Amino acid sequence: MASTKDKLGRPIVVVTGVGVVTSLGAGKADNWKKLTSGESGIHAISRFPTDGLKTRIAGSVDFLGQPDCTAALSEQLADLAAEEAIGQSGLGRPGDFPGPLFLAVPPIEMEWSQRLEVGARSGSNDKVTYADLLRVSEQFPAYHGRFLFGSVADHIAEKFGTRGSPISLSTACASGASAIQLGVEAIRRGDTDAALCVGTDGSVNPEAVIRFSLLSALSTSNDNPQKAARPFSKNRDGFVMAEGAGALVLESYDAAKARGATILGVVEGCGEKTDAFHRTRSSPDGKPIIACIKNALEDAGLAPEDIDYVNAHGTSTPENDKMEYLGCSTVFGERMGKLPISSNKSMIGHTLSAAGAIEAVFTVLTLQNQLMPPTINYDVPDPAIPLDVVPNKAREAKLKHAISNSFGFGGQNVSLVVGVEPA
Amino acid sequence: MAENAREAWITGIGIVSCLGEGADVHWQKFNEAKPTADVTTFAPYIVHPLAPINFDLQIPKKGDQRQMENWQRIGTYAAGLALDSAGVKGKTDVLSHMDMIVAAGGGERDLSVDSTILSGMPGAPNPPAFLNERLMSDLRPTLFLAQLSNLLAGNISIVHGVTSSSRTFMGEESAGLDAVRIAVSRIGAGQSDIALVGGAHNGERPDLIMLYEFAGLSLKDKFAPVWERGSGKGGFALGSLGAFLVIEAREHAEARGAKPLARIASIVSDRRKRQPGNVTASLEGLWDQVKDRINPKSAAVISGATGANPATAEERAFLEAHGELAVRATGSYLGHGLEPQFPMNLALATVVLQHGSLFPPCDASGLEKPMSGALNQVVVTGVGHWRGEGLALVEKVV
Repeated sequence: MASTKDKLGRPIVVVTGVGVVTSLGAGKADNWKKLTSGESGIHAISRFPTDGLKTRIAGSVDFLGQPDCTAALSEQLADLAAEEAIGQSGLGRPGDFPGPLFLAVPPIEMEWSQRLEVGARSGSNDKVTYADLLRVSEQFPAYHGRFLFGSVADHIAEKFGTRGSPISLSTACASGASAIQLGVEAIRRGDTDAALCVGTDGSVNPEAVIRFSLLSALSTSNDNPQKAARPFSKNRDGFVMAEGAGALVLESYDAAKARGATILGVVEGCGEKTDAFHRTRSSPDGKPIIACIKNALEDAGLAPEDIDYVNAHGTSTPENDKMEYLGCSTVFGERMGKLPISSNKSMIGHTLSAAGAIEAVFTVLTLQNQLMPPTINYDVPDPAIPLDVVPNKAREAKLKHAISNSFGFGGQNVSLVVGVEPA
Repeated sequence: MAENAREAWITGIGIVSCLGEGADVHWQKFNEAKPTADVTTFAPYIVHPLAPINFDLQIPKKGDQRQMENWQRIGTYAAGLALDSAGVKGKTDVLSHMDMIVAAGGGERDLSVDSTILSGMPGAPNPPAFLNERLMSDLRPTLFLAQLSNLLAGNISIVHGVTSSSRTFMGEESAGLDAVRIAVSRIGAGQSDIALVGGAHNGERPDLIMLYEFAGLSLKDKFAPVWERGSGKGGFALGSLGAFLVIEAREHAEARGAKPLARIASIVSDRRKRQPGNVTASLEGLWDQVKDRINPKSAAVISGATGANPATAEERAFLEAHGELAVRATGSYLGHGLEPQFPMNLALATVVLQHGSLFPPCDASGLEKPMSGALNQVVVTGVGHWRGEGLALVEKVV
């Protein structure tokens, strides 16, 4: 009989349901099959004309039809992932989930199609200003609820009947991991026995692509989209924007056991550490990343040698992969040369606000299946960052504990330690 | 909060608004009871613009200021004031384990780029190509960083060195409420010792006025205090404001010799689908969770009412049912700042508790009544104009 408290005397937090949507497909069965066969979901953008853009590829989710806006697609993606996770967990009743919602969501904003629609209605045929838009705004009542920052969380809370005030959060590209961390903390405090943690992102629209492009963050390997995301390779040239959602049902171990739920994994520890060096770049000494990973290990009550696999942030930008190497090799020491580390982003791209949640789902599946998904497109190793990236082909391994890293603009660093069910 | 939770003290506040900055000027202006607003700049829409602020005082590097838009400057400035007030500014040993939860919107637009595209795109030979071309060449690359919601927190880390955790909550009024609620819960449970919590809002933005005007919620033409905006749709005037609190475990404050401004005895929030009567019902449910701790003889309510109905009308019904408590709506003076409104009202609760009395009413509709006795407790309400309801009980530490 396993202890019902962790090494630090807190309730153990387990995963009893997961759901995922990415450019590879909807649902964990399809995603896992493709992810472990090394399939790429990256393609040329067809959602809007890309004339004049430096980057014309993405891992957009196109099989749900043409979205009205990022808010609507993010909502749809979150909805699908949450439905799958809650369904698998068997927790609660339809529309009555017995815990709070923590939702990682991109900042919600009105987009060009709406702005132009309001502009056209204004009838102004010379210079159009916000004064013109304001004159006719009241004719578009639906845009109020649609473009509030809390609108996606509100929809998910209403549909699944989560409890209390839903949290919409952003820690940039670490958001999905932060959502899980907030759920873990709530269960450890005894505030709740269960939490629904979701990360979603459907941001592939012209302005969002251009914003990242202007920061020189994106790969411009437009001619061979499936080869564009090359984490840890010497010729990596930026990340590939992508869409998707990941959802996890977290429960206290006791509550899950009491209702006879199947335990998929354990969220053993969460670590974070803010970097005050720069808005988009990591401190060159790697100290915040190192502290983040160490904090996660300490929170899990584990030593570096206990970790069997790293689910990398691995964005495929020159900067990130170098800094992640520095962080990991400092924490794990010489062992890092042999410790498998792979990047899901080589196949699904960078799902931004959703990434931490999607990659946590894949980490749970990695442990469950004792099979590590590969880093594809690893054709030209970078000698400056020698790593076992599980190159190009999935690999079986005996795995007990894995760590999933998420780093983001604004000095955001979060690492999660996930383990198999205690024997 | 658990019964055996650690006490959460407010040991620092940093506030800026149309009234100015700091506790004293707010107290003074509330006592004058003469709210003003800008009815011309965005006419017919009314706003409460930020008082003149010398950002250099809290954001010394011009390079940092240039990387921000105004909502971030306001917030980074207010955060600095809060750290000063708590006596932890520059103290790396404290700041490196200080947790941060920021309530933020974001998305500040470049109005001239938007206008160029709106004007030129409909007649362009290839409209989508025109959009791409203009955005690629006209957007400042760093504007994105001034738009991202989590980059207020990022700027606070860079400028003030707050570097333990950094989390940003979005979602209008609820974001501010839940930021404080989660920070207090973490402190209560021993997951955190000290936290910087708050947010900022730039109300002088036509793109934001438009977002609320889609629902016809913007206050137009004639200014009136929030309770005097009628039983129709009412409306709110956006306000520019920044509010941060330093909240810490009593043990942590005592160990460093910090004095409490007030204690957050309880903070609760909820979300009810908005149907007639649900705001009142939600507030009653939350009230039931705090009422046993309240001594009505020495307690008052600081309301975050926006002036937009039905939310404000329903909050009024709730407050009338608890008429033994004097009520003040600070929105009459400050306007409505969405995300930071609740942290601002918590900060203002500490201000009145420090004075031990309430400022006079500012309401010809009769809801706000004079209060002459001593003040030891404040109930802060926060009702989202669209979603989310919450209450906090803030007390004098004796």
